[in-house]
Order: sequence, then C-alpha cells, then structure tokens
Amino acid sequence: MAFFEMAKTAIKTLVQRPATIRYPAESAKKTEISRGHVTIDESRCISCGSCQRTCPSQAIVVEKEAKTWQIDRLRCVVCRACVDVCPVKCLFMDTQYTAPMVTRSTETVMITYVKPVKPPEKEEGKA
Amino acid sequence: MSRQIIVPFGPQHPVLPEPLHLDLVLEDERVVDVIPSIGYVHRGFEKLVEKRDFNNYVYLAERTCGICSFIHGMTYCQGIEQVMGIEVPERALYLRTIWSEYSRLHSHLLWLGCFADSFGFENLFMNAWRIRERVLDVLEQTTGGRVIQGACKVGGVRRNIGSEKLAEMNEGLGIIRREIEDLTNVFLFDSSIRHRLKNVGVLSKEDAYHLGAVGPVARGSGVNVDLRKTGYAAYGKLKFEPVVETAGDSLARCTVRARELFASIDMIHQAIAAIPEGPLDVKVTGAPEGEYFSRSEQPRGELIHYVKGNGTKFLVRSRIRTPTLTNIPPLVKMLAGCELADVPVIVLSIDPCIGCAER
Amino acid sequence: MTIENQSTTPVEIGKLIGVVEEFRNQGYRLVQIGCTATGDLYEINYSFDKDYTFRNIRVTVTPDTEIPSITGMYWGAFIYENEMHDLFGVNVRGMNIDFKGTLIRTSVKNPFGIAAGKGEKQ
Repeated sequence: MAFFEMAKTAIKTLVQRPATIRYPAESAKKTEISRGHVTIDESRCISCGSCQRTCPSQAIVVEKEAKTWQIDRLRCVVCRACVDVCPVKCLFMDTQYTAPMVTRSTETVMITYVKPVKPPEKEEGKA
Repeated sequence: MSRQIIVPFGPQHPVLPEPLHLDLVLEDERVVDVIPSIGYVHRGFEKLVEKRDFNNYVYLAERTCGICSFIHGMTYCQGIEQVMGIEVPERALYLRTIWSEYSRLHSHLLWLGCFADSFGFENLFMNAWRIRERVLDVLEQTTGGRVIQGACKVGGVRRNIGSEKLAEMNEGLGIIRREIEDLTNVFLFDSSIRHRLKNVGVLSKEDAYHLGAVGPVARGSGVNVDLRKTGYAAYGKLKFEPVVETAGDSLARCTVRARELFASIDMIHQAIAAIPEGPLDVKVTGAPEGEYFSRSEQPRGELIHYVKGNGTKFLVRSRIRTPTLTNIPPLVKMLAGCELADVPVIVLSIDPCIGCAER
Repeated sequence: MTIENQSTTPVEIGKLIGVVEEFRNQGYRLVQIGCTATGDLYEINYSFDKDYTFRNIRVTVTPDTEIPSITGMYWGAFIYENEMHDLFGVNVRGMNIDFKGTLIRTSVKNPFGIAAGKGEKQ
C-alpha cells in the first residue's frame, strides 16, 4: 500500500508545458506520410477507372466520355488503395485532412489529359 | 425476500464508451441477475465480403475496430495467406509484430485511461492518454495513420520502417517505459485504487475457462492462454512469458494489462534488434480456395478471422469472432452478486469493444 | 511463421451433443460457433481449443433443421447461438438465455441467411 503515488506525476504535469496543442490557432500534428485526402493530377489521368474499381467504399466515380473524376469525400475512408493501384501515378495522398462540410456533396475534377498522337515513324519501323 | 426491480444500464451511460445494454435485476443494492443485449451498432461487415475483392477487404477488416485495427487487418491477411499458401517475407513478419505490439500499447493505455475514468480518477485518465499520444505519434510516423494504420496487405506489408527510424523508436520506447512506470505504479500500488478494485467482480479460474473468457480477462483469473505463444507472425522468435494473475478480480485484470505494457515494450526491443533485411511483400496471384481459422492475440484477447474462398476473387464467408463477444458471458457471471455501484467498474474491466463485437 | 494444424471433423446432427460433451470432458474450451451459408445448406462450425490445439467439428444442416443447443455443456455458448439465430435464421432449441431474435436487431430479418440472399437476386 502506498499513498500519494499520484502526487509526483501531478506536480510534474503542473509545472510542465501542456501536452495539448492550441488547435486551431496552432496547426495539428502531421507527418510526411500522414493520410489526409486524395488529390489528382488531372493532366495525367487516362480515365482507366482502376481507382473506381478498387475503392473499397465506392467513393470514386470515373466517367470516360464526360472526362470527369468524382470523389465523395464523406464516403472516402482514406485507405490509399487508389494511390497504390493507379497505373500512371496521377493520384496522390495529401497530408492535409479534408475540411469539415455540412452537406454531402461530390467533388468533380475535369480530366484534361489528351492522348498523345503516336509518332508515325514508329509504325513504319514496326512494319 | 425483498422486492426485485430492474434497472436498465446503457446503451447511453457516462462510463460506457460503447453501446452495451444491460438489464440489471436488483434486490436492494445487490445485482442478482443480468441480461446483456447488444445490437446497436451492427454494420453487416461480414456480408460485404461477398461484394469486395479479397485484397481490398483488408481495408474493411481493419475498420472492424478503431482501437486494434492493425491486428484485425493482419489476422485477416494471415488467413488468406494460409489458404493460398503464400510465404510472407521475414521482414514483413517482424514489421507486423512491431506494429501489433504498438497497437497493444496504445489499446492498453487507452483502456487504463478509461478505467481510471470509470472510478472517477480524471487526472490519471488524462495522464494515461498523454502517454498513449506518444505511441500514436510513432504509429502515424511509420504507417501514415494514427488509429487506422492501413499498413498490412495480403502477402506482406505496405510500408517499411528505415533503420534510422527503428533506432529512434528503440530510444523512444525508453521514454515511454519510464512514463508508463510512473503511471502503472499508481494503478498497482495506490491505496485508494486498490481499495476500489480489490475483490470487485471476481471470476474463478474454472468459470473463466469454461465460459470462454479470453485475453486479460482469462489471464487475470489464472488461465494461461496467450495466442502469441502459437508463434504467428514473428512471435515464435521472440522470448516472452504470458502475464498471468490469479486473483480474478478487477485489480488482477488491471494488473495484467499494466504488466503487459512492459512485456510489449520488451518484445518491440527484441523485434527491432532481430529484424532482418529483405523484401516487404510477395506478389499475390490467383484467388483463395479453401478455408482457415486465423487466430491471433488482440489486446482484448483471442481474435479469429475465419475465411472461406471458392476460387473466385470474392470470398464466400468471412467470420470475425472478436474477443469482446466471447467475454460477454464471463461478464454476466461477474456481475451476478455484485453491488450496483460496482457495475461500471466491472463492465469496464473486461475492456468492452461493442463495435467489434457486432461487426 | 508457424502453420497451425487445424482439423475439421464432420459430425451428424444427432451426435452433436455427444461429441461436444466429450470435448467438455476432455477439458477443451469453446472458441467459437460460426455459421456459413453454402448453397442451400448451412455449415455450422464448432471450434474448441486446449493448450493451443485447435479442433473443429462441423454440422451441415438444411435451413429448417432445429439445432440442439450446447449451452448445457458450455454456458457461454448462448451468445453465439443467438447470433446465429438472428443473422442466419437457424433454429436453436433449448438455449439458456433465448433472446428470440433481439440480440442483434437488424432492419432486414436474418440478413445473412439463405432466404435473404435469394431475395436479393430476384
């Protein structure tokens, strides 16, 4: 049996700096590899739809004809599966968390990727 | 005989972190019978396996629980790997072990905090969670997620920890260890805490074993069951002894968890010292056909992921048997005969995680 | 990584109680009871463990078969049997605590059951 076991810790914490952060005045902790939210480089996306198929929460919709990439931020579970699967590496994981929102909405990005015209001499070389 | 009354306890109650409902049959202040009921947070996780690729189900398996998420993901991966006969690289196994033990540290510290809160020791609660924050920082620095690590995948792990970071973690554990020593000294030796917990919610060894208690609940009653002894991941290569207490009361369960913190730190030190270089994952081709009961030791006890595949990329069945589910019958036994005022402490002492119990 | 040796023995429904009783007498603890819907049948797995030896027995039944409860041997089995009843609609006879379908309240009745799966396809 011991008494005042807590006293040492209590006094120590009293004189120490607080362990908490004065958020939002100070920014929240994050690391280089923190998973915040998914971003896309719309100039490189080839609309293959791999991210849509792999997404476990079905948050991503890619429309090939309309050339759009949509994400529902509230559905997204930030698992990073789409970033891993992307064949052209046009998806990135940003360390910043998604801002709070009051209504459910999808974010739409217009894909600006243009398929490069194949140089004709290559075809000749093959033939 | 005095008149019996029924007092509903939960699902909303200041002491409960999660929705568990108990109907307490009271005679004066004494609980004579308890009827537990769950079912407030059922999400149908196991059904979803039929609609998701088995590789992607890892992310869902991890989200079964918000506290021991890494171990859920790992156990699921282990099951698939066994069915498909995948040899996981050594380094990946060691990394899994390290993250599992960090998860255990974080879970036990969280629980010690909640437990302190359940008997009204706010200051201790805050201190436990402050130490937990150090553990979470390490998890975020190495995996990218504070609570949902997302570091495991079928066939290996998704992230590596560099040797510099491992050395830094090794040092950081020293600081964590000293802080935990101060913290657990209060839990184990403070007279008011001992007085509050001793002989509260006693579970005998026979009851614990036959009612299916697992984890710290079983070990607090003297049942030596620790699934890490089966040697999954890299546990077969680490030296450790399961922490067993014999009293079977709330204090014993608290002591088991407090002592396991040190055991975990030792295990991480050993794993960091022994981790081999090598690849992180192997390529997974084909689809699982067959079944396996994958077992592992969660902070709360034995966890089972049963996977059954039929040769397509969608599994037929995934059954998750979480430790809380199987700890409910022992809880009912512990509560019968206790005082009403002890109910919150006893309920908390099994570390209930209803979110995972219902999936 | 060590690979655990797991044996599964099929057991007839009539002999279930006898087999479970033997496990109990040998000092095994009940690990889990789990149900799987395969085609038109339910596979019910009873798993036991003693000193890290994992043994599993399996009963295969049609959806309308009544399963005898094993709560007489393992008091704590009620939680699995009620779960099985609520999620799959398997009838279990003689449970010590019978929630009658209120342990897990779901918006769809017996969501994991064979009948629910068929309804979805139509």
